[in-house]
Amino acid sequence: MHLLNPVLAVAAESAPAAAASNSILLKLATVDYAILAIYFAFVIGIGWVLKRYLKTSSDYFESGRSLPAWICALGFIGANLGAQEVMGMAASGAKYGISTSHFYWIGAIPAMVFVGIFMMPFYYGSKARSVPEYLKLRFDEKTRTFNALTFAVMTVFSSGISMHALALLLNATLGSSIPWLNYHVCIAFSGVIVLIYIYTGGLTSAIYNEVIQFFLIVLGFAPLVFLGLKDVGGWDGMMTKLGLYSNAQGMPGAWSHSWAHMGTATGNPMGVEWFGLAMGLGFVLSFGYWCTDFLVIQRAMAAKDMNSARRTPIIAAIPKMLFPALVILPGMIAIALVQKGGNSINLPITPGGETDFNMVVPALLAKYFPTGMLGLGLTALMASFMSGMAGNVTAFNTVWTYDLYHNHINPKATDAKLVRMGRITTVVGLLISAGCAYTARESNNIMDMLQLVFGFVNAPLFAAFLLGMFWRRSTGHGAFYGLITGTVCAMIFHGLTLPTATTAPSLIKGGWISIQHTFTSSMAQNFWMAIFAFTGCFIATIVISLATKANKTDDELRGLVYSLTPKTKDESAAWYARPATLGAIVLAGAVVLNVIFW
Amino acid sequence: MNLDVRLPMGLLFAIIGVILLVHGFTADQAIYDNHSLGININVRWGGVILAFGAFMLFLARKKKS
Repeated sequence: MHLLNPVLAVAAESAPAAAASNSILLKLATVDYAILAIYFAFVIGIGWVLKRYLKTSSDYFESGRSLPAWICALGFIGANLGAQEVMGMAASGAKYGISTSHFYWIGAIPAMVFVGIFMMPFYYGSKARSVPEYLKLRFDEKTRTFNALTFAVMTVFSSGISMHALALLLNATLGSSIPWLNYHVCIAFSGVIVLIYIYTGGLTSAIYNEVIQFFLIVLGFAPLVFLGLKDVGGWDGMMTKLGLYSNAQGMPGAWSHSWAHMGTATGNPMGVEWFGLAMGLGFVLSFGYWCTDFLVIQRAMAAKDMNSARRTPIIAAIPKMLFPALVILPGMIAIALVQKGGNSINLPITPGGETDFNMVVPALLAKYFPTGMLGLGLTALMASFMSGMAGNVTAFNTVWTYDLYHNHINPKATDAKLVRMGRITTVVGLLISAGCAYTARESNNIMDMLQLVFGFVNAPLFAAFLLGMFWRRSTGHGAFYGLITGTVCAMIFHGLTLPTATTAPSLIKGGWISIQHTFTSSMAQNFWMAIFAFTGCFIATIVISLATKANKTDDELRGLVYSLTPKTKDESAAWYARPATLGAIVLAGAVVLNVIFW
Repeated sequence: MNLDVRLPMGLLFAIIGVILLVHGFTADQAIYDNHSLGININVRWGGVILAFGAFMLFLARKKKS
């Protein structure tokens, strides 16, 4: 349900269901509370210390563009590693097996290398303070405002969903042993913690906490995977059980290969064929997210120099490439445990009578972690929920303050006033997030509807950025109306198709105009919708650009467009610190992984 | 940057590591039979986490001097 990440919105279709029966209980002891408490003390302490160093609005919103590449890279990856990713990917690991790694090896790595090598020079070099501001420099005001508005709404909404999911999870796993820990307390508590550390320390505080959360997840989940694998008889034992499971599902071998069963959409549990996967996920959705989403780009833009900014996403790609071992394996272990039978694993059953794989992670925590480690595991999970919120809130306060407030409401605001506005926005953003959380609690339909709308708006984004950066003739009108066209294409496509033959047509599922095509899964529908939206936007932007006058001179476009910008030279850096070299190594690694797990 | 993130991070993990070690040495062994396949995961992993925290503190100190 991570909205800003369309890739994930596809993968994890529902938030952890707390209403399910057979719930998982985590039994905490004093030592677990101690670990949680110490973590929260550090989170708040970091914000408090950073406050003393914070002077200008650039310090607050851009970390003063002063951070080393490795910190930005871990922040970059940490902001993306929200708990919905951790829990959603484990669920997908159970539902689809090894092919879930497509969300990493082709759904993230190529785009992360591309943004570092080719696009970061324009974002970082243009002196824009946000992605919408880049659009203003490159195209025009209306394109910027359109992007800023949709992005701002999406971020608060997304942070509200994190809040909601955390409250549900805590309530479901701890609620019966800690009576006062109800939904409202969870919302208030997570909101206040995030508020304190962003209010005080701004973006730096958020990034530092993302770095810590990254290590918490790695150190908290590695032993979980180790114990789980050992329990199911090691890698080979797990593979044998996955083989039996896929036989029983009527798709022999499908759970233990990433590509081998992608020839046809009916041959694999994802219900997607290789072309839709490579183009829809690997190109349109993945590049659209990693190359244009200010939530992640903001982390790279906080780097201390151009070389660091360019290396940020590429360094981040290295852990990203290895994450399947931490986040997908738990789901596959869960399947092996189900196959083992008996009391091996206790997963909740949804009201519809199916196993709820969204709860794989809490179930494994309860199973394998004794008190002590349980505290660490829960801390890691809570940290990733909160940094998911914090990432959205920092992106929101920057876009609101720079692109909407400073630009439209009060252009004469002083620097001190901007910092104050950023802090006020943090409070307001979290209040709206809480509102969204309660809306989600009341009505799943409103949430699904909003998510769908964001999907329409996001799908064509990359086309406009690609043309803007690499075709100097593209114009402001071209980009703006191109985006609108792409969004409309996505809507029409959705109205004409259905995810599966058994789905009834509806506003949320599709087929509300007339049913022209039926897919084998909602994932396939989503991938193809992205391909259509991208193509629509791409063609419309070209046609309208050619029909309209260029609104920027070559001089204004210097530093914003590929052909008018002097190539960045990295000869000064050692060979291993050059973005291009690093990028090539990372891509080669991704190819090797795809081949090994083919 | 003014505050080296490795300092608070090193401290945090070192403290968590110590807590896990102490808990691992003092707690009833039955919790490991019920959960972690009989392995005293608190002691083993607590040691790893303490070492990681200490390494981060070492790096932060080294940069300062």
